[in-house]
Amino acid sequence: MVGLEHYLTVAAALFVIGIFGLFLNRKNIIIILMSIEMILLSVNINLVAFSSFLGDLTGQIFTMLVLTVAAAEAAIGLAILVSFFRNRGTIDVEDVNVMKG
Amino acid sequence: MTVADYAFYLFSITMLVAATFTVVSKSPVHSVLWLILTFLSASGLFVLLGAEFVAMLLVIVYVGAVMVLFLFVVMMLDVDFAELKAGMAKYLPFGLLIGVVLILQMAFAFGDWTTAEGAEALRRSVTPDLTEVQNTAALGMLMYDDYLMLFQLAGLILLVAMIGAIVLTLRHRSDVKRQNVLFQMYRDPNTAIEIKDVKPGQGL
Repeated sequence: MVGLEHYLTVAAALFVIGIFGLFLNRKNIIIILMSIEMILLSVNINLVAFSSFLGDLTGQIFTMLVLTVAAAEAAIGLAILVSFFRNRGTIDVEDVNVMKG
Repeated sequence: MTVADYAFYLFSITMLVAATFTVVSKSPVHSVLWLILTFLSASGLFVLLGAEFVAMLLVIVYVGAVMVLFLFVVMMLDVDFAELKAGMAKYLPFGLLIGVVLILQMAFAFGDWTTAEGAEALRRSVTPDLTEVQNTAALGMLMYDDYLMLFQLAGLILLVAMIGAIVLTLRHRSDVKRQNVLFQMYRDPNTAIEIKDVKPGQGL
């Protein structure tokens, strides 16, 4: 019988894979954005699993809000990426020092 | 094991394998496609959990919109991805270390985890019986009633993101001829046409 623990384990594994992806692709900002999407997806799995097993719909409402923020973040991130690529001709994260901050 | 259990293992194993390939695959296009598989499997898990609306939202919003956006950007940018992949072997041990540490931390938290007394009574919005209200209708009643403010704010976030993305990527190219409608409308024969009285045999 599959219980709450199974879903939490799967979400934890997905979270760790996302973090691993962040460290593995330190230069490629597209894969970094995808890893962030995976991390947010694992959070969503946690929320929906708790919502389902505790019988509380609030978790699913929050899942939708997280989804909204994730979509907005992906759109803004890709827009910044495109305009950065136009100016510099590369998407290497280590080159992001135009402002010398 | 019931059919639902088999489906759970199928979806979760597919999801984890696809997530791993997203992270390690050579070409970003393949990464995006693996990520699509990840999201599809996750929506399968959501269906198993009884959250049909969120599952369909995941398919429509993520697979339909966000991943297509990723694909567009990946294919639009002319980047040498092999060069970006070069440092991967260097970062692998550190990434694995961080992963193991995170897994250990979560295992500690998981091992010491109990449900509090009276947690059932603290539920904010109890799921109604499926025979009375379906998942989508129940979510709608909750969202447009208790969480209207958050719903509107989410819409505002999307609006700001849309305007921001447009402002960031819009550019006016000066080397392209464009139609100027007002200029065309305000032309009149007095300025546009010049009548020359040409003598026969002379030309202009």
